[in-house]
Amino acid sequence: MSRLDERLKSKRELATADTFVAVSAKTTRIARRDFLKTTAAAAGGLCIAAYVPELAARPVSNALANATVFAPNAFVRIAADESVTVIANHSEMGQGIYTSLPMLLNEELQADWSRIKVEAAPVDAAYNHTVFGIQMTGGSTTTPSEWERFRKMGAMARVLLIDAAAQNWGVPASECHAEKGVVVHAASNKKATYGSLAGAASQLKPPANVPLKDPKQFTLIGKPTRRLDTPSKVNGTAQFGLDVRVPGMLFALVARPPVFGGKVVSFDATETLKIPGVRAVEQIPSGVAVVAERYWPAKLGREKLRISWDDGPNAKLSTSQMLDDFSRLSRSPGTVAKKTGDPAAALANAWKTITAEYDVPYLAHAMMEPLNCVVDLRAGSCEIWTGTQFETVDRANAAQVAGLAPEKVQIHTTLLGGGFGRRANPASDFVVEAVHVAKVAGAPVKVVWTREDDLAGGWYRPMWHDRFTAGLDAQGDPIAWTHTIAGQSITEGTPFAPYTINKDGIDSTSVEGAADLLYGIPNLQVDLHSPKIGVPVQWWRSVGHSHTGFSVEGFFDEVAHAGGKDPYELRQKLLANQPRMSAVLRLVAEKAGWGKPLPPRRGRGIATHFSFDSYVAQVIEASVDKDGTVRVHRVVCAVDCGRTVNPDIVRAQMEGGIIFGLTAALKTEITLENGRVQQHNFYDYPMLRMFESPEIEVHIVPSEQNPTGVGEPGVPPVAPALANAIFAATGKRVRRLPIRASDVVGGKEAKS
Amino acid sequence: MTSFFLNGKSVTVEDHPSTPLLWVIRDSLGLTGTKFGCGMALCGACTVHLDGDAIRSCVAPLSRVAGKHVTTIEGLSNDLSHPLQRAWIEIDVPQCGYCQSGQIMSAAVLLQENSKPTDEDIDEAMSGNICRCGTYSRIRRAIHRAAEIAAEKSSS
Repeated sequence: MSRLDERLKSKRELATADTFVAVSAKTTRIARRDFLKTTAAAAGGLCIAAYVPELAARPVSNALANATVFAPNAFVRIAADESVTVIANHSEMGQGIYTSLPMLLNEELQADWSRIKVEAAPVDAAYNHTVFGIQMTGGSTTTPSEWERFRKMGAMARVLLIDAAAQNWGVPASECHAEKGVVVHAASNKKATYGSLAGAASQLKPPANVPLKDPKQFTLIGKPTRRLDTPSKVNGTAQFGLDVRVPGMLFALVARPPVFGGKVVSFDATETLKIPGVRAVEQIPSGVAVVAERYWPAKLGREKLRISWDDGPNAKLSTSQMLDDFSRLSRSPGTVAKKTGDPAAALANAWKTITAEYDVPYLAHAMMEPLNCVVDLRAGSCEIWTGTQFETVDRANAAQVAGLAPEKVQIHTTLLGGGFGRRANPASDFVVEAVHVAKVAGAPVKVVWTREDDLAGGWYRPMWHDRFTAGLDAQGDPIAWTHTIAGQSITEGTPFAPYTINKDGIDSTSVEGAADLLYGIPNLQVDLHSPKIGVPVQWWRSVGHSHTGFSVEGFFDEVAHAGGKDPYELRQKLLANQPRMSAVLRLVAEKAGWGKPLPPRRGRGIATHFSFDSYVAQVIEASVDKDGTVRVHRVVCAVDCGRTVNPDIVRAQMEGGIIFGLTAALKTEITLENGRVQQHNFYDYPMLRMFESPEIEVHIVPSEQNPTGVGEPGVPPVAPALANAIFAATGKRVRRLPIRASDVVGGKEAKS
Repeated sequence: MTSFFLNGKSVTVEDHPSTPLLWVIRDSLGLTGTKFGCGMALCGACTVHLDGDAIRSCVAPLSRVAGKHVTTIEGLSNDLSHPLQRAWIEIDVPQCGYCQSGQIMSAAVLLQENSKPTDEDIDEAMSGNICRCGTYSRIRRAIHRAAEIAAEKSSS
């Protein structure tokens, strides 16, 4: 069994475990969908066995209300006007899924690509992720989840359209074929458009099984294809959550506690209520809500609130204390996550040992669109508009607060102005809060977070401390590797814990990228401390890999240099049994000109990382100015993510992941003092900008394997490749992020 | 009451004159292509044109635009024909797309003032606009491409 198959299998088991089903059953029950017979959800391929009148009955526009619409399954509708609507069950947050999902479906459907429109799916069990068993977007898994299902849904529709035409013409279906939205009977030169066949096709029973194309015959999958959402994103018509407007809607901001876990003791709204346009000020569980006719009076009103807070147990939290605590923790081994061979004995007998500690900070997701949520709460129903990655979870949590059954809660997923994991919140924090606000607002309400709210709002990538010791033999090869990790568990206390945390208490998301090291090192131990700290933490683009990528690949570079080895050559040697990563590494080195001379003071660094079942390697060229300013000149990236659905989107995701990784490497940290977050807006949580943006080259390794993750795997190798480049340029070893000028200033003249 | 021209049409609003233009455009006039990102003129998502200059509407009080001409992304063209829109589509610049209205509005002023910008010119003009998805290299390519399209257009 391949790695991917194993992973999918274990996740399927995960998705069908009793407790998970309990969560899902509670959250995804459908009122009455007698016609919607779903089968085999647990096996990954979800087949809709019958006509779905509920979905078909949702007209695209009034003009279409009475027209015939062919809806053979929950994922596609074809109308008499020839429009083809693909229903996307994953959220579009920039990763291009509103283009890739239609490409998968239309590879089989063979409709006219220019007629394809995309619509967000409602919340419904039919739209659950084929592996995770809930409706969600995350883990770089949309394409792996839908690779087969969307092609099947397209094929089912095509077969019915061909059958309808063949019956109409009285010819065998086998003599007909479909191209560009037209069924053709070549022998008689008869043609019928999909739209004209919609009515007849609606009367036919879908076949049980439709064979899919041999990948050799793909005409759309694998071809660079322009994104369907670009036109709407260059003329202002794209609708994000913040753009939603509901009749009679009010606006609200919430004053939240300055310390995580703090509570309102009392508040005085006298001055707030004097501001024209402010309608109400009410306490809710997360703080004090200011409801107004517009955003601006709500914002001004919040500034005038006088609130007395009880800071609670986290009032003394400080980053410097946590750094000391984590370092001390890492001096004793934690719970063992992975052990091979006898690392202690190997270290004792090593010719040379080296030890190093690495630190990374809390990080905010900082999506360009701050969090927001619109709620229309009525007696017996609740309608929600928001950019979410977590429909099933949000619906369950919203229903609980609204005091309604989940099926009474409707979620309209809008476009997301960035997600990066923040909009997949296990507690549905920004949705739940908005339902609480709606309860006191007495009207539909849009809750808006300011940038300051967003950055100070928690749910960060955890801070991590990594301590390594490696033992080298007399030839300079690593024979022992121990890695102690300290940092908060992301999934502890969430409904996901039973599937991510093992019986020993190891959260797999804490040790991913470390415990599954691809390098062949005979004696290895990875262990984990999971301190409990009152700062809410969450997945952040590449999750655990966002720290293990940096620390593991940075320390690997140290090991190579300690043993007098070329960092590329040593990686290749230890990847002898990893042909896919070895090939990616070879490609990136070749394209980057590894080993070739560089201008003075410039260095090259290399890193690999396996995450989300994809193989990525990067080479970065960087230099350091005399004042410690780091300049990133060129990033070369190679990726093997299996078959690519849309190579241009794969490239875009690598480009974006590299910029995201550089921002983390060079710019950002969330720190606390007296329990208070010290960062406020982009002036003290800065993003990489155009003038700092390097030349980026992306090379895709051709593959016939099934597709694997793309959204996240570009991030982990960035920071270590840069740190290793800085070492090559200056001799200064970077062991903490973000990189500070003081850590890299005053090094040696670079060697080429 | 404050009156100004929005995308060529005269509009009158009742918002307090100190209200940032961004919220007047979005909440009172219902044009949502102009985005809120930071509220402090740090990210550029709210960039619009005021009498042809790029301004950050999140910090521009309504009083500042009285009687003047404001252009938003919706006013750039009504048919995606602006060279920047064409180039953005050709190169598939946007990912999440949230910052792109602001990027395009900043780039439009750059191209108006400099029909053939260099990489350095682009760095200078565009560094006030943040893209969290990291589309910078495509924005750069698209601005060069838009300059070409505009040149073809004016020579034809």
